[in-house]
Amino acid sequence: MDLENQKRVKEFAEQYGPENVIVIIGAAEAEAAGLAAETVTAGDPTYAGPLTGVQLGLAVYHICEEAVKNEVDEGVYDEQISMMEMVLDVDEIVKEMETIRSQYSKY
Amino acid sequence: MNSVLKGSSFVLVHAPDMLIHGGTTQTTERIVNPDSEYLRKLPEHLRSFEEAVAYLPNQVYIGNKTPTDLAAAGDVWFDKPLQSASRFGSFGEIMPQDEFYLLLQTCDVFDLVMLDKDFVKETLPRFEKHPLVDAELLALVREGVDISEIEKAVNNEGAEGVYQNGKLIGCVKKAHDIDVNLNAEVIFENLISKASCALSLMHFIKTTGVEKSAIDLVLDCSEEAVGDMNQRGGGNLAKAAAESAGFVNASGADIRAFCAAPVHALIHAAALVASGTYENVVVAAGGSIAKLGMNAKDHVKKDMKALEDMVGGFAALISKNDGVSPEILSEFTGKHNVGTGSSPQAVITALVTEPLDKMGLKIADIDKYSVEMQNPDITKPAGAGDVPQANYKMIAALGVKRGELERAEINDFTAKHGMPGWAPTQGHIPSGVPYLGFARDDIMSGSIKRSMIVGKGSLFLGRMTNLFDGVSFILQANSGAGADAPDEQAGVSEHAVKRLIAESLRELARSMGAE
Amino acid sequence: MSLFINRKVVVIGDRDGIPGPAIDECLKTAGAEIVFSSTECFV
Repeated sequence: MDLENQKRVKEFAEQYGPENVIVIIGAAEAEAAGLAAETVTAGDPTYAGPLTGVQLGLAVYHICEEAVKNEVDEGVYDEQISMMEMVLDVDEIVKEMETIRSQYSKY
Repeated sequence: MNSVLKGSSFVLVHAPDMLIHGGTTQTTERIVNPDSEYLRKLPEHLRSFEEAVAYLPNQVYIGNKTPTDLAAAGDVWFDKPLQSASRFGSFGEIMPQDEFYLLLQTCDVFDLVMLDKDFVKETLPRFEKHPLVDAELLALVREGVDISEIEKAVNNEGAEGVYQNGKLIGCVKKAHDIDVNLNAEVIFENLISKASCALSLMHFIKTTGVEKSAIDLVLDCSEEAVGDMNQRGGGNLAKAAAESAGFVNASGADIRAFCAAPVHALIHAAALVASGTYENVVVAAGGSIAKLGMNAKDHVKKDMKALEDMVGGFAALISKNDGVSPEILSEFTGKHNVGTGSSPQAVITALVTEPLDKMGLKIADIDKYSVEMQNPDITKPAGAGDVPQANYKMIAALGVKRGELERAEINDFTAKHGMPGWAPTQGHIPSGVPYLGFARDDIMSGSIKRSMIVGKGSLFLGRMTNLFDGVSFILQANSGAGADAPDEQAGVSEHAVKRLIAESLRELARSMGAE
Repeated sequence: MSLFINRKVVVIGDRDGIPGPAIDECLKTAGAEIVFSSTECFV
């Protein structure tokens, strides 16, 4: 994850408390989704950014996951996202997100 | 009358030491984790020049192999080196790093590049043999200095080291004591962009056969900012590169729009020529040292070679309609507007289907789409996916939404109307333009009729807007009417037909009168 | 229970996946309080 974004995530977790922050990602690939999710839960796996070694354990979801999608207006989702469901490997992404959450997410 | 794509050139510079010393992934790592395992291992993962030349995507970039060859070779290429491969191709070349350092010096008009005299002596004989290096250029290579002088500049005077095989062989001095916009690192970066742009211009003269003196304007569409503390992005890299390439009758200007800039620049060029302002406009760009090794951490982790060791460049000539070259349809461009929104669906609609709707065409009426042609060999191991493939799927998915395609046809569509990516991840370099050379050949040979060139840019990276950007244009087989029908646009062929009929009728009348 | 009740939302979009502003548009309809939205670029 971009170093500046890591910094901002860290600041928000400190400011609001990690239990009160949720991260929603839009990654194109399962691997990238997993890396982003890992970064905000277990720490930056690339050891480059401010979240290196910082285990925030934040709640993190991909926008295409049912839990998020169910809360979004159907028409807006259709207009903004639905086309990409034909492009992305949503099943793979969901699997990866669930794995990371079950391992590292505390909230 | 539409302007035409008269020709193009594509060059690569093998830059393994620049990857280590100039790529931002590495410069950042040296600040954050100076003793990291990654930095220790990276040198073992660099490619030799021969390996870079034998790499199929690079051979496609310079025109020795085609996108069809690439598709036929599967979807992983780094483990399949070509048995015989040449550094020179029909579109350009792959230049080794040491020769490029000499070229860099020829592009330095402020005495900022110092090279070790032994290095110059060793490299000069090969540089002299380069088919595009003439006496005039050769005269600009300086004899070189003692290495101690270079060490002193690097250690005490803020100069940026220049390395070959891990050894210090030169430096680029800072151009100002206080101004960070002229520090050694920035000057090095800008000189690399200028020199690789100039190399593209030199090749382009060779591939097109056009006279240097015939070029009216150069538009540079790279991603570097040239300027000083009072005008940080002042420019004009285009004119600087045009000077190095000897385009004495050309002016220049820079067009910046992140990775969308090449397509923006081509649309500008096409309009400037179509309007009659200029006859010959070159759109060109050199490469970016900062992006070298951007994904190398993943490549090293996966025990691959660090494939992002190529500085890219290209040049394309847009000229007055010659009646044969592919036409750029200036009236039917696509653009992402401020109000378009950023959903992929809205973006693809703006870039692809809006111009097609204006022409009364369907998505499948474009034979080949050239999108962001990043090489998936580089991006896939880094978890960034296959960028061109994702773009093709987006176009096909929009086709499904519009009822022009069945969902089951998405894969067939991407195979038929798309191509695998072969361009290095140099940002602006992969953006639509890598296909221009093949597009011209494919359209002129009749194997395709139309191609759409799409460029996209991540404007939000500059933190001035959250907007994304994109533009597109269509290249189409020349209607053949060429310069004969100066006032006609869509009616060119109709005009020509009417003229032919009129001539035949006159001929008939004459022959009847003679009887 | 809603994912977003009493929570601050950070959006990290992907220019080759779903960009930040497209995610924002969706989450706004779920009553989410977005405190930061950004888009990443891997190429």
